[in-house]
Amino acid sequence: MHDKLIDLIHISKKYGESVILDDFNLYIRENEFVTLLGPSGCGKTTTLRIIGGFETPDEGKVMFQNEDITSLPPNKRELNTVFQKYALFPHMNVADNIAFGLRIKGKSNQYIKDKIRYALKLVNLDGFEDRMSDSLSGGQQQRIAIARAIVNEPKVLLLDEPLGALDLKLRQDMQYELIRLKNELGITFIYVTHDQEEALTMSDTIVVMNQGYIQQTGTPTDIYNEPQNAFVADFIGDSNIISGIMIKDKLVDILGARFDCVDTGFGENKPVDVVIRPEDIDLVEPEKGTIEGIVTDVIFKGVHYEMCVMSRNFEWIVHSTDCFPVDSRVGIHVDPFDIQIMNKPESEDEKAVEIDE
Amino acid sequence: MKKYKGIKYFYSILILVFLYAPIVTLMVLSFNQSKSRSHWGGFTFEWYTTLLESSALMNAFKNTMIIALLSAFIATIFGTLACLGMNFMRKRSRAMIMGMTNIPMLNADIVTGISLMLLFIACRATMGGATVLLAHITFNIPYVILSVMPRFRQINRSIYEAALDLGATPVYAFRKVVFPDILPGIISGFTMAVTMSLDDFIITHFTKGPGFDTLSTKIYSEVKKGIKPEIYALSTIMFTVVLLLLVLVNAKPWASRHKNGGVRR
Amino acid sequence: MSNKTKLFAAPYCIWGAGFIIIPLIIILIYGFSDTEGHFTFINIYSIFSHVNLKALLLSMLLSVASTFLCLLIAYPLASVLAEYGRDKSPLLALLFILPMWMNSLLRTIAWQNLLEKTGLINAILLFFHLPEMMIINTPWAIILGMVYDFLPFMILPIYNILCKIDIEYKNAARDLGANGWQTFWRITWPMSLPGVLSGITMVFVPSLTTFVISDILGGGKILLIGNVIEQLFTQDNDRNAGAGLSVVMMLFIVISTMITEKYDREGSV
Repeated sequence: MHDKLIDLIHISKKYGESVILDDFNLYIRENEFVTLLGPSGCGKTTTLRIIGGFETPDEGKVMFQNEDITSLPPNKRELNTVFQKYALFPHMNVADNIAFGLRIKGKSNQYIKDKIRYALKLVNLDGFEDRMSDSLSGGQQQRIAIARAIVNEPKVLLLDEPLGALDLKLRQDMQYELIRLKNELGITFIYVTHDQEEALTMSDTIVVMNQGYIQQTGTPTDIYNEPQNAFVADFIGDSNIISGIMIKDKLVDILGARFDCVDTGFGENKPVDVVIRPEDIDLVEPEKGTIEGIVTDVIFKGVHYEMCVMSRNFEWIVHSTDCFPVDSRVGIHVDPFDIQIMNKPESEDEKAVEIDE
Repeated sequence: MKKYKGIKYFYSILILVFLYAPIVTLMVLSFNQSKSRSHWGGFTFEWYTTLLESSALMNAFKNTMIIALLSAFIATIFGTLACLGMNFMRKRSRAMIMGMTNIPMLNADIVTGISLMLLFIACRATMGGATVLLAHITFNIPYVILSVMPRFRQINRSIYEAALDLGATPVYAFRKVVFPDILPGIISGFTMAVTMSLDDFIITHFTKGPGFDTLSTKIYSEVKKGIKPEIYALSTIMFTVVLLLLVLVNAKPWASRHKNGGVRR
Repeated sequence: MSNKTKLFAAPYCIWGAGFIIIPLIIILIYGFSDTEGHFTFINIYSIFSHVNLKALLLSMLLSVASTFLCLLIAYPLASVLAEYGRDKSPLLALLFILPMWMNSLLRTIAWQNLLEKTGLINAILLFFHLPEMMIINTPWAIILGMVYDFLPFMILPIYNILCKIDIEYKNAARDLGANGWQTFWRITWPMSLPGVLSGITMVFVPSLTTFVISDILGGGKILLIGNVIEQLFTQDNDRNAGAGLSVVMMLFIVISTMITEKYDREGSV
């Protein structure tokens, strides 16, 4: 197993009255693609800025390769940042922007020249040396910002919502670019975003954050298939989150009907949240399902149909390639391993908040 | 970057002292019983009362205010209209007008004053209040244009077009949609014009005739003979009024900003 | 619609032609003709007379010195103000502009008071048993007057541009390894150059051409080029010579604006 490269220990940060991070703990291993994912205001950018050295935590320590770097200024840290709006220096051309860090370190002109060429090749912008940064498109500026950071050979690259300002197609292309870059460079990426699709596509590890707390840490598959609480379930993809009662191991009561499941250890007759992904619901003939419902709405989404099914006063969202017309009676069936059981949130902090999108 | 806080404070205060020392001196002199500028003869309000009786001074004050307000008002109208027109011009003609606007801004006051004086002489105009007013309007228009023009640039053209699309006439759309957006620029242009006009000496010096005085020219003519303490009193009043106005204008937004301050990301 | 709207600019265009362009032409006509109206270079050449050349050189020297001093004083101050202006209120900056609302002639006269042999400053120096300061009626007093009068013109543009520079540029420079000084010289200073240059023009031109400050603080003994021109018009009534020297002065203004504009363009491209 890899060592801890960065370790955030008991970090707290306040701006005036509002608490941004509270007793925050997180470690990041070498050569990992970690994504901090959460709605705006969840503290993900502050976390990144604390790692980058642009903010000092009120309490807690930042460890880098087992050394305390909490009060080390940004210029002495072995990591580089790709800023949200790129922050390319407007009075310099592309080559001077990329050379900035190397000139500070006093590298030879030949070395700098080679590095610029190598970095531009890496981000597919060969021959852009003499362009001014304001003559570049958003996607090109983005790549130059990455090139400017990586020529310094940082151990860690911090990326603060770098794709936020790009249009959808470009964003998707850049996601693959970033994965390729990370594999070629073999360094750690810490990536901040509010876009769950970006997080699921690129990350080795996703850290879901809300209101300054970590909600769940895991691989994209873990996070998607086994959300640990309603917030994560709701934030990552579409899902049906239903209050239920765990009757006993492997049997849960949902809306008065009994569903088989695979979860154990919740106790008997315990209130729980049940998460069922829309694509995991099978619509069958009324009498073959566990419960019955009526289709109230159908939208064609390209790959699948999105249907709303009203059943026992709960509106189920179902994704299916088969279409059931509005007003048709259907049965709802869910395979036991597609049912995810979660504890009800115990404290105020864990409770899901409105997602502002 | 919260380092060296003490040095920063010290430096700021040092410069404040440098900037305000003469002003405080003038204010103190306005209460000085002795007519001498360097001896303190005891506290008095005498100069404030004799000020009102000095018709020459009150006349100069009246002239200054009329010239300042009237020239700023006329300049604001000309300047704002010019900005409106320039917006619909091609780039080259607009650049030409802006070039002309920059001449009085970049040129030395003394040259502007002399050139206007020579113009008035050539036109055989009698120098007096009217020529001073014309001169002040001339150097005030550029200040209005330079503060209104950026406002026009910021306006989103589609907002105006949206108003037309929703059935507004061009005049109505201008009044309801464009005008509120440029109003801050107009106000700051007017304020700047008043300020520049109030403080101007050089251009007034060359374009005024004998017998017409503003405060600045009055003060200049008294430099050699010795300044009358009444002038200190009048300037103290004017400065205090401006100070109070500024506090009133700025106190409100400042207070509300502080109420919900402290939260930023 | 647009064709009619253009006409709104017409009154100002006519005004500008009459009161900006034509007066400049008149000054050129006067400057290049003798009292009989014949074309001549003699008014322009008069700048090379001993007195005039001395006045011009002294003006240049004093205005360069005071511009440099203004920049030296204003830049750190503008940085401090911009730092506070970012997260508090711009009211603090207003405090430094406010003195402009007191009549500038009077403020200059007040310096006369303060600097006098028996003035306040010497009284304070005397109290602390320090040597007296005898700079009134010397070029030093004129420099002080220029710095005092025109300092706000240097503070304001620099403050404005520093407020506009996104703090993220500095963060980016720090992130790439630059320390405080390197960040300043490579990022903040070049990015603030347009403000600095406009501050330089706004201080240099009035310093170069003033006759008021030299009159009040120089005791009438020190002649700057502005004093020479003013006296030609108001005392000697030699308009042709005065206009000729004004043309020379304009030439200097044009040259200095061109220099700053050239730097401005180089800085931003």
